[in-house]
Amino acid sequence: MSPVSPVIERGTAISRIAAIAVAVIIALLAIAPQALSAGAIDRMTALFIYVILAAMWNALAGFGGLVSVGQQVFFGLGAYLAIRLADAGLNPFLALFASGIIVGLVSWPLSLVMLRLRNGEFAIGMWVIAALTHLLVNLDRLVQGETGTSLISLNVYDAGTRRVTIYWLALASMSALLAILFGLLRGSTGAAIRAIRDNEDAAASVGVRVTGTKRLLFVLAAFGIGIAGALWLATSITFQPKTYFNVQWTAYMIFMVLVGGIGTFEGAILGAVVFFLIETWFGGTGVWYLVGLGAIAVLFSLFLPRGLWGTIEERFGLRLLPVGYRVTFPGNTPANDGTAPSLEGTTQLQEKA
Amino acid sequence: MNGSAKAAILRAAGIDKRFGALVVLDGVDFTMGADEAVGIVGPNGAGKTTLLSVLSGAYPPSAGTVAFKGGDVTALSATQRCRLGLVRTHQVPKPFSGMTAFENVFVAASHGAGLQRDEAYEEALGSLNLCGMLGIANRRAETLGLLDRKRLELARALAARPTLLLLDEIGGGLTDGEASELVGTIKELRRRKIGIVWIEHIVHILLQVAERLICMDAGKIIADGEPHAVMADPQVIRAYLGGGPK
Ligand SMILES: Nc1ncnc2c1ncn2[C@@H]1O[C@H](COP(=O)(O)OP(=O)(O)OP(=O)(O)O)[C@@H](O)[C@H]1O
Ligand SMILES: [Mg+2]
Repeated sequence: MSPVSPVIERGTAISRIAAIAVAVIIALLAIAPQALSAGAIDRMTALFIYVILAAMWNALAGFGGLVSVGQQVFFGLGAYLAIRLADAGLNPFLALFASGIIVGLVSWPLSLVMLRLRNGEFAIGMWVIAALTHLLVNLDRLVQGETGTSLISLNVYDAGTRRVTIYWLALASMSALLAILFGLLRGSTGAAIRAIRDNEDAAASVGVRVTGTKRLLFVLAAFGIGIAGALWLATSITFQPKTYFNVQWTAYMIFMVLVGGIGTFEGAILGAVVFFLIETWFGGTGVWYLVGLGAIAVLFSLFLPRGLWGTIEERFGLRLLPVGYRVTFPGNTPANDGTAPSLEGTTQLQEKA
Repeated sequence: MNGSAKAAILRAAGIDKRFGALVVLDGVDFTMGADEAVGIVGPNGAGKTTLLSVLSGAYPPSAGTVAFKGGDVTALSATQRCRLGLVRTHQVPKPFSGMTAFENVFVAASHGAGLQRDEAYEEALGSLNLCGMLGIANRRAETLGLLDRKRLELARALAARPTLLLLDEIGGGLTDGEASELVGTIKELRRRKIGIVWIEHIVHILLQVAERLICMDAGKIIADGEPHAVMADPQVIRAYLGGGPK
């Protein structure tokens, strides 16, 4: 028997099709405002923001093991700093992105303290930081406590232009952030991130820079969520601290990620879409909507702990946007792309036998 | 005598380790040459694993210094020591459970050995192959049994391209056939000039590889030298019979 030299496979035929499909979908979304009503454009903008939130929380918790219940701090800061920058005379659209960058910069020193905390301490610590930041922002005269303020400088644009511009900015931000995230998670840093999630000590023992890698992820998530907060401000114009620094934002992120499938790149996106649909259909039902969300989250964690995408991936071996590595043995089996999952299937069978 | 004859690659001096009031390592001095294979034995709780953790940088000693390749590494993290070539395995395997066996090993090749893409792939595949794990490269580590987890510990440490490998009970619970496979693997590492420190309770496996044996008891090195002489040392025999030296 001649030795077959194994090959490392990063994508499959299906994933290559998926990549093209993603590009086509983004292109279609870019021209969609021509066909959409004003209300629909606003809803789609919200969807893009949800996707950013879900993807960022998933990267942090699902890939990096950094479970935070205080991510609303970056959402609130993103909005608040955008108001501040616009008040200082910066073009309001530019202010949205400048704000995201400042949120990223601020998260750097914050990470020095927070990343010393482990697991539950980190999760709660982040919530405390969010509550403190909320109080501090309330002290700003410009914000006038809980009365809030608004991004008035956006009002110089007419409503139609403003709406479509924000839609495009949200779409572009979402696409760029997903691309950055995908690149990061698919690279060797992504492998380090997952290793840290699974066992920090072991990761350090094989040469992974644990703290630096976590910091990178933490800052990227802060930046992304900061942008999301600023975009949300742009769509709603008004800024009331308690709306933005509300823990509900993190609850939504967790919901989307758990339902979609934690730790899979596709899962966060799917979860955001599911959340968006539920909100669209049932959002008007007040308290029952929230009860329903809670019930769904509980049902998922009980019966589908891997979420929708995690379950699909496991059952059908389907990987649309894979970040992992597959070892294949060309020549051993017909070199098609169904090889990898079926290989795994047989080894699992062998184990059961 | 053994270590100082050749150029020392590792030199630990005056190592103490305390956990609160508990003294686990008590003035350990340990020096070894660049391409030696040293076995460590000793009763449960002697402090063997703790010594390995202090050497690898998993935690700092309460007192004493560790030098590797001629430089003081006492203040360096486990990450930095690994990148210098000082790599350990874990007695209780610590796999990256959500990742495949290949991905586990790939992390070490790309971060520990600092290899890029194809080179990292090759190193990772080579390590898996050497440990007989190529066939289960795509299995998630959480689905592996204890035996394969131990193999994965070894494969992962190897992929970091160590110059000195610290092994902690990778041979427990093996059948005779598996044990001789393992000895074969370690002998291959010796051919590649990798230094070995190997903690193992199963002495007859150890003796097939180790040229020098150390026995620890109650945080101290109580014997050090030619393996058979160490095993015949009355202090060693007493330690194993449970009384401990006193
Ligand atoms: N992190 C820790 N905190 C407190 N005590 C510890 C810690 N690690 C080890 N010990 C204690 O130190 C002593 C030595 O432990 P160690 O694991 O080094 O022994 P060992 O020689 O490897 O034993 P074994 O053969 O059972 O693996 C034990 O009494 C153990 O309970
Ligand atoms: Mg031990």
